[in-house]
This record gives sequence, C-alpha cells and structure tokens, in this order.
Amino acid sequence: MTQMLEIEGLIKRFGSLTAVDGISFSVDRGEVLGFLGPNGAGKTTAMRMVTGFLPPTSGRVLVEGFDVATDPIAVKKRIGYLPEGAPLYEDMTPLELLGFVADVRGISGAAKGRAIGQAAERINIRHVLRQSIGTLSKGFKRRVGIAQAILHDPDVLILDEPTDGLDPNQKHEVRRLINEMAPNKAIVISTHLLEEVEMVCSRAIVIARGRIVADGTPLELEARSRHHNAVVVRLPGDQADACRGQISAIEGVASVEVVSDGSGAAQLIAFSQSGGVIIDRVSAQLRGSDFRIDELRVERGRLDDVFRELTTAA
Amino acid sequence: MSTTLAICRREVRAYFTTPLAYVFIVVFVALNGATAFYFGNLFDRGQADLQPLFGFQPWLYLILVPAVAMRLWAEERKAGTLEMLMTLPVSTTEAVFGKFLAAWIFTGIALALTFPMWITVNYLGNPDNGVILASYLGSLLMAGAYLSIGGFVSALTRNQVIAFVIGAAVIFLFMMSGLELVLSVFQGWAPGFVVGLVQSLSFLTHYDSIVQGVIDLRDLIFFLAIMTLFLFANVVVVDLKRGS
Ligand SMILES: Nc1ncnc2c1ncn2[C@@H]1O[C@H](COP(=O)(O)OP(=O)(O)OP(=O)(O)O)[C@@H](O)[C@H]1O
Ligand SMILES: [Mg+2]
Repeated sequence: MTQMLEIEGLIKRFGSLTAVDGISFSVDRGEVLGFLGPNGAGKTTAMRMVTGFLPPTSGRVLVEGFDVATDPIAVKKRIGYLPEGAPLYEDMTPLELLGFVADVRGISGAAKGRAIGQAAERINIRHVLRQSIGTLSKGFKRRVGIAQAILHDPDVLILDEPTDGLDPNQKHEVRRLINEMAPNKAIVISTHLLEEVEMVCSRAIVIARGRIVADGTPLELEARSRHHNAVVVRLPGDQADACRGQISAIEGVASVEVVSDGSGAAQLIAFSQSGGVIIDRVSAQLRGSDFRIDELRVERGRLDDVFRELTTAA
Repeated sequence: MSTTLAICRREVRAYFTTPLAYVFIVVFVALNGATAFYFGNLFDRGQADLQPLFGFQPWLYLILVPAVAMRLWAEERKAGTLEMLMTLPVSTTEAVFGKFLAAWIFTGIALALTFPMWITVNYLGNPDNGVILASYLGSLLMAGAYLSIGGFVSALTRNQVIAFVIGAAVIFLFMMSGLELVLSVFQGWAPGFVVGLVQSLSFLTHYDSIVQGVIDLRDLIFFLAIMTLFLFANVVVVDLKRGS
C-alpha cells in the first residue's frame, strides 16, 4: 500500500545556503503531521517543494503515487495548500476567489455552489463572502486561505501556519476542523504553537537547519523532556524543606526543585531519573508522613523544553 | 482550455476592478481622437479614411501597452499570489496564455471603443471599409505583439515600474528596427542578411502594409510568430524564476 504522501531525501539549496537538507518522511490517511522548527528551519521551503511550487535540488515527492516532478498537475489536483501568510488576490471578494479556484479545479455547476457553501460554512466566512479581500482583517484573510485549500475536499492538505493571526476562538475552530477532517485525509501543518501540536497532531516532526531532529507522537516527544513523569507536590512553605529531604531520598528521583509562590505555599518538583514512573513511590512516602499536601500530580513533559533542547543543540 | 479561460476571466475582471482600467480606456480613446483630428487632420485631408488614427496608434501603444502588461506577473510575484496560482492544477503555459489573452481582450475593448470615429468617417464620406477593417486587424495584432513582450518583461521582475520601463524600451527597439536611424548602425559592417533581418523585425514595416489594406500572410505570420516567441519565453522565465 503506498502512503498518501511520501517524501524522500528532499534537498533545496539557494546558492550556498542549504535550506532543506535531506528530509524524508511519509504521511498516511488519518495522520496529522505537525511540522515544528525555529524560524528559518526550512518548513515553508519543504512545503513549497511538496506542493510543486519550488523544484527540489534533489529528492522526490510522491502524492498518492504521483511524482510532483513528472506529474505536477495530478499532484496539485490532490493537494489543498495554504501558503505561508495566505497570499490572496486582494481585489476579489472571497466568493469570487473561491469561484475562481473552483473553475480552475474543474468544479462547476451545482457542485461549485455546494463546494463554496460548504467551505465557507466550515471555516466561518459566510458573512464576509461579498466583502473585498483587501479590506478583510488578517484572521479573516487566513480563513479565506483555508477555505480555498479545502474547497475541493482534497486527500492531502498542506497548511503553513494555519492558525497564525487567528483569535483564540477561531484557533479552536480551525483545530476542531482539522480534527474533524483528519480521519479521511493526510494533513501536514506547520506551527510555532506547541500546544497546537498536542491538540491536533498525531505525529510531530521537528526540523532545525533543514534536517529532521525528531520524529514521533507528541507523547513520545514529551517523554524526552526532563519534566516527563516528574511529580509536583504543593504544600505549606514551612514544610517544604522537610518534604524535600524525604523525597530526594526516594529511589528513582533525580533531583527536587522548590518553587515557592508568594502566598506561603511551596511547590516541589521531583524529577524522574530516567523518565520512569516515580509517582507510586512518592505518594507512598508522603502517605506515611504527616505533611499537609494540597496538590499532587504527575507532569507529562513539556514540549517547549524538548523543542528548545532539540533546536538549539550545536 | 477551461483552466486558461478561468484564468483569463479572472484577469479581465481584475483589470476592471481598478480605476486604472477606466483611465486607460478613456486616455486611449481620447488620445486616438486627438491625434487623429489635430495632428492627422482627419477632416481637412478631404479623404474619408482612418489613416491618421492608425498612423499614430503604434506610438500610443508604445506607452499604453506596457502599462497594461506590467502587472501581469510582477504584481503576482510581489503579492505572493503566484504561489497560490502555481500550486493550483494549472500549467505554466495555461497561466501565461490566460493572462496574455486577458490583456489582449482588454486592449481590444479599448480599441473597439474607437468605433465612433469609424462611424464618423462613414457619415462624412465614403471610406473603404475593407481597409479600415484590415487596419483594425493590424492594430490588434500589433497590440498583441507588444503585449507578449510586455508580459514577458513583467515576469522578469516584481517591480511594475521596472516592468513598464523595460517593456517600453524593448518594444521601442522592435518598432524602430525598420528606420534608417537604426539600420545605419548595422549598415557598413554587418553582412547584408543581418541588416535585412533587423529590418524584417520592424513592427512598423509589417503594420504599415496591413494598414494600407494589404493583408499579406507574411505580415500576419510575423506578428503571430513574435507573440509565440515571447509567450514561450514568458513560460520559460516563470518556470526558471520559480526555482530560485
Ligand atoms: N527564495 C529564497 N532564496 C534564498 N533563500 C531562501 C529563499 N526562500 C527561503 N530561503 C531561506 O531558506 C531558509 C528556510 O526558510 P523557510 O522559509 O523555509 O523557513 P521556515 O522554517 O518556514 O521559517 P518560519 O518559521 O520563519 O516560517 C531561510 O534561511 C530562508 O532565508
Ligand atoms: Mg515558514
């Protein structure tokens, strides 16, 4: 079975700069792949090669078996693409723009009206359909860009920073939309928002300086964090030192940090030595003592720690 | 084909959503009238034809056609919409042709709006309408050739002003290549066939013979060949520029 989207050894050089340096991955139906990486990592460049806008220096892109180098039209028919910054014809209204995209994609007659209506409905732009795009706010432009990408109900969706510039409600809406479409499509999104990865992505790829430095589920990535399986204990400040002493002695605990907040309570973070589970031993220990515990919980790990570690390593 | 038409429709509409379009049409028609009446003495010549009108048109086109063509690609590149357009299932050839066609239609509309002058000379006298029709055809072909050059130049840059200036300069060279002034540069040192070649590239020479009412297949082929050449070059430039 061929994957919906297969990328092999993709390289792009601009003069002496290697923007994308040998990226390979594949995405199957039902997957939402998150593309993470610092500014200039090569995310947009990679997406531009996948969608056939930029020819790669070397490497191959296959969409449902079609090679973008030899069969670009077949590939473009199967992809919906939101380019970075959602560039749109500002002199058109969303209705005209979607009509144009439908014409080019060969959607006509009743199907055209239906496709436009559905896309506008899903992304909530019905009431601005007849307003000139140039006069729309940034968030609405982004949404028109998304509507344009999903108009033909493509099998493969490539969205470059889809929630950039959206308000929290709309961010939520777009994420819900992505989740809703996910089962039937292969979706790739790039983002700088790590919570977005946790919310919508079934898999995340971290790229730095054009190379993949991590590839896994958000949980797997979180597991690389120092905070993975760490135990957080909240208790009155005057008991913090005693408690810290007891917890530090527990087997499997690497270190304990104390953070005191202004209200007189303290927060202890017990880090796990090898990322293994320590909550059972910590809670057993605490139950045997008479500290007044306000809160006890396990941390899953912090993506931003992992992200920073992965992308700043020399 | 339907893709080309979709792009063409969008572009024609894009022309008419800017005030520039109406300014262009008004200026074109007004200048046509002005040059024909004042410089060409349309009435005083005592002849019922539109020679004065068509005699000046190549010069009007020299300024106005690059203004129509300059936005075709430069604007898309600048606004980033080229990325959206070229990731739709559109071949570069379809995009180039659709845009060119739109610009040609737009210029054709402006040209067609000079029809009151045709009516006027028919009212005043008995012109040879066959010659006038041939002249309109020649004018349209000439505009097409200019536009293909302007579109090609527009694909080279993201700056519309540069596209305009360079477009006008290139068109000017093609216009002038039949004149003694240009030919004398080649005469004396270049072999005869080179001089002949340069001369045969002259827009004005080919245009003049059509406007006289002599529709020679070679003149038609000349203009069509120029358009094909520059549209092809346009496709090549769009593809090459995308790679960098
Ligand atoms: N057309 C181009 N010519 C030269 N260099 C380019 C070109 N396009 C991109 N680059 C360079 O390639 C590198 C990768 O850029 P890219 O836009 O892919 O990064 P990104 O990961 O999308 O960053 P961001 O998070 O800021 O969007 C950058 O150093 C950029 O300057
Ligand atoms: Mg980017």
